Amino acid sequence: MLLIPCPFCGPRPELEFRNAGHAHVTRNPAVDDPAWAETLFFRDNPKGIMAERWRHVSGCGRFFNVLRDTVSDAILASYKAGEPRPDVPLPGPEGEAPRIGAGDEVAP
Amino acid sequence: MTGEHRLARGGRVDRARPLRFTFDGHAYEGCQGDTLASALLANGVHLVGRSFKYHRPRGFLAAGAEEPNALCTVARDRARTEPNLRMTQVELYEGLVASSQNSWPARGFDLGAVNDLLSPLLGAGFYYKTFMGPRFVKGTTLWAKLFEPVIRRAAGLGVPPKEADPDHYANRFAHCDVLVVGGGAAGLAAALAAARAGARTILCDEGAEMGGALLCEPDATVDGMPAAAWVAATLAELARRGATLLPRTQGFGYYNHNFVALAQRLTDHLPHVPAGAPRERLWQVRAKRVVLATGAAERPLVFPDNDRPGVMLADAARAYLQRYGVKPGTQALVVTAHDAAYRTALALARAGVKIARIVDTRPRPAGPGLEAARAAGLPVTVGGTVVGTTGSLRVSGAMVAQASGTGATDFETVPCDLLLMSGGFTPAVHLFSQSRGKLRFDAETQRYLPGDPAQAQASVGACAGSWGLAAALDEGSAAGAAAAGSGAGRSHAVTGDHAGEGGGILGALPHGRDPARVKAFVDFQNDVTAKDIKLAVREGFRSIEHVKRYTTTGMATDQGKTSNMNSLAIAAGALGRTLPEVGLTTFRQPYTPVTFGTFAGAARDDLFDPVRRTPIHDLAAAQGARFEDVGQWKRAWYFPEAGEDLHAAVAREVRATRAVAGIFDASTLGKIEVVGPDAAEFLNRLYTNAWTKLAPGRCRYGLMLDEPGFVMDDGVVGRLGPDRFHVTTTTGGAPRVLNHMEDYLQTEFPELKVWLTSVTEQWAVIAVQGPRARDIVAPLVEGIDLSAQAFPHMAIREGRICGVPTRLFRVSFTGELGFEVNVPADYAAAVWQALWERTAALGGTAYGTEAMHVMRAEKGYVIVGQETDGTTTPDDLGLGGMVAMSKPDFVGKRSLARPDLVAPGRKQLVGLAIEGRTVLEEGAQITPTADPPVGTHAIGHVTSAYWSPTAGTPIALALVENGRARTGETVFVPMPGGAIAARVVGPVFHDPEGKRLNG
Ligand SMILES: [Zn+2]
Repeated sequence: MLLIPCPFCGPRPELEFRNAGHAHVTRNPAVDDPAWAETLFFRDNPKGIMAERWRHVSGCGRFFNVLRDTVSDAILASYKAGEPRPDVPLPGPEGEAPRIGAGDEVAP
Repeated sequence: MTGEHRLARGGRVDRARPLRFTFDGHAYEGCQGDTLASALLANGVHLVGRSFKYHRPRGFLAAGAEEPNALCTVARDRARTEPNLRMTQVELYEGLVASSQNSWPARGFDLGAVNDLLSPLLGAGFYYKTFMGPRFVKGTTLWAKLFEPVIRRAAGLGVPPKEADPDHYANRFAHCDVLVVGGGAAGLAAALAAARAGARTILCDEGAEMGGALLCEPDATVDGMPAAAWVAATLAELARRGATLLPRTQGFGYYNHNFVALAQRLTDHLPHVPAGAPRERLWQVRAKRVVLATGAAERPLVFPDNDRPGVMLADAARAYLQRYGVKPGTQALVVTAHDAAYRTALALARAGVKIARIVDTRPRPAGPGLEAARAAGLPVTVGGTVVGTTGSLRVSGAMVAQASGTGATDFETVPCDLLLMSGGFTPAVHLFSQSRGKLRFDAETQRYLPGDPAQAQASVGACAGSWGLAAALDEGSAAGAAAAGSGAGRSHAVTGDHAGEGGGILGALPHGRDPARVKAFVDFQNDVTAKDIKLAVREGFRSIEHVKRYTTTGMATDQGKTSNMNSLAIAAGALGRTLPEVGLTTFRQPYTPVTFGTFAGAARDDLFDPVRRTPIHDLAAAQGARFEDVGQWKRAWYFPEAGEDLHAAVAREVRATRAVAGIFDASTLGKIEVVGPDAAEFLNRLYTNAWTKLAPGRCRYGLMLDEPGFVMDDGVVGRLGPDRFHVTTTTGGAPRVLNHMEDYLQTEFPELKVWLTSVTEQWAVIAVQGPRARDIVAPLVEGIDLSAQAFPHMAIREGRICGVPTRLFRVSFTGELGFEVNVPADYAAAVWQALWERTAALGGTAYGTEAMHVMRAEKGYVIVGQETDGTTTPDDLGLGGMVAMSKPDFVGKRSLARPDLVAPGRKQLVGLAIEGRTVLEEGAQITPTADPPVGTHAIGHVTSAYWSPTAGTPIALALVENGRARTGETVFVPMPGGAIAARVVGPVFHDPEGKRLNG
């Protein structure tokens, strides 16, 4: 269970939050159809830092943004909606993979 | 006497407190401090069960959590019957009743053992090959009906009780500075250092008694004290310093952000359970830092017939001897690849057990253990191996051969009733791995060890690959101090240490016997042999994850604690790869099995899911209402009078409402108050409709879209003032709609000054519908002119009813003249009672959700979630007129111009008129012809279908491709009894002009 730092309330357990998908998806209805389809339906699935939205639904009720490393689940930053995405250092190189559960990556 | 194999003294059991117990109906005696395993061994019982697949006789392999064989069922009563418990962890108590598993009729004579003879049929992949199984006759399978159930029954573990679990389970969230998992030498030293530095410390250990291996070290001293005394002193100091000490507590799962789950056994060890005491407690601990001191488990050696009762891990034998004072045999043969087994042999010899032979598989072993064994006159064979065993229900001899030159005949059979083996020790890195720490393979010692931790965590002692008492204590102390942020730990003065011990081997021992005729077990609990793993590789499996699933190695309840490294090594050998190339299978939670009760905690029965009842619930119940579940709500479904079924009651309720009036509890409607100077603009952006010109005192039916342009909710919105709207939502949609509104308000339109408040539970709603509705409410209402001119359809007024405040809506979901009386929830029952008395006096009715659905369907009113499925647009529903495309923006507007949403051929809402009396099935497919060939594209589906008491015919609503253009056409609804013809009509079956609304 993640420990999520709400910018308004401080660190709280994940139980109190609801994930709200990707952050920084710009809503611009003026774009053409393919671009609008990108806005609605296309998301990347990064291995590494991801900006995502959470709502402190069982707390202050506020939506805010979090930078989370999807490899380690480490939360690198949390900030209020509308604020720019902060610069954080990239997580370290993968190094030698632990290969746990990675049996099917073995070359034939 | 607590067993004829009990030593007169020594160990940590209390011989003055004998305990009687039964195992498979036989009475035995053990003593306080025993486990079921040690007590049975004290009574000379080695055969304790049958294996999973082959029903081979099995005894104790281990002395702790890693035990794969000795599973039992402990029964206090029919409901309190727990299967699959490891006898090595079951604490003995007076009157304990235990039984073996998977043997019939008895563990000494088991008919299922015929499986052992059938074993050529039951090898690797047996489950996949068999249960996909031969199909003898099309449609039926003799195999599935006859053989498969027999095989499934023969393979198995214990039987769970059928009764509900009568116990209750506790749950605790805890926070600490330092959590130490494992109460052996390293863990105790870590906890002590942390606590001395002032850290809030939690220490847990799976055992009844903290101390781990220190409890089996009668000759060692720490800081001048006997090891056991040091344990006691340390625990006392920890308690004094306020540390939380949790024995009988398994750290079973390590999750994100140093969140660790512990399962604490509270009463299973007690002869008499106090009334009301929780049985187990789930601890959910958030730790600033975690110290893992989870130790290491000895590995078996893999050689033919290595599974007979009496074949045991060497370290386990030492635990039985030195912790429980039990001689696990009289004549022992020790086969080892690790120095520690010499210590066991010497201890057994001192206790009077004859050491028949020590067979060291290593060509050139050396060290104080070997020297001491030789000095004590114990016979040692160097560079030897064991190629088989004799005996049936107990081992009677070991076939000893030279490790090089392993001819099948070239062995000598050494008699023994105890065969001890040591393949070396596997660090327990389960929790470290669960924490996503990376393991590294140490080629020199052939072990996976913790690498860099992924969280604020440190591994110490044997689980980190260290060996010896001083190393464990000093590492633990250093880690505990560091975790508490107080610098260095301290070093300990230790005597009787064994720091120099080492060794180990992975994989199967070589033998020259016919591999078709012998079984060398790797995974004892799932009956997986070395041959099975090689067969899987031969059959083409390359990934260790696939080999695992195909052979089921490591997939039993012990998750391969004793077997995984050996099976990896055998697979690696067969694949011609190194261990790191083969990779590791995943370490999954829980480390040992955890009861469902512990996870469920209090969340069962009434507390499993909240039940929401309206303030009118009890009155409706008193009126005889039947209820239905709508989400968490209980809603009055229908109000049967004497002798009425659902159909009859609904028909009467509909007729009475349309002829006179009906009252309906609509309190579950979601309600959101939208307030602020920009409230109208906010609604402009959240709903398709235009709100700016809606005058205070007026209502409008609002349609809400999601951003892709699909209908997500609807409801009547009343404007109470320039800056105040009373918004209603669907019953199920209220939280979703509020979340959606908050999302846009906070993140897309933060410049709008608007406040959103859920008032669902504050306002109860009583709908009064029907031609006499005004006559019912009028005498009760003050301060509102109810005349049709002053209070027209789709208006809202504030005033009083029955003397209490009301927001009175003039709206209709039945097509009749209607009012919806909103009153503060606490007054709802009284207002309902007053309205009901008026309604009944006029010959009206109370109606439930079923009649409500029928009446709204007769009017063609949609229900979001029934006529819509998340891909339905306003135009699809015929509600295009609700969309104010002139507004610059609203949620979903841009998407309504998407190519797919304006393409021809979309499904549109229509009515279906049906000849005859058959009510269609909701969800049924619609086709253009009566008997379409298989594969025909359905042109739509039925969304609502009812018997209409008003029309006297069945009615249905449907979504049909180009439906409005098909008006008048006949379509078909294929059903098992034949296709039903239906004529496409408009969706409004009753009063299409809407005259009745304006009564
Ligand atoms: Zn918050």
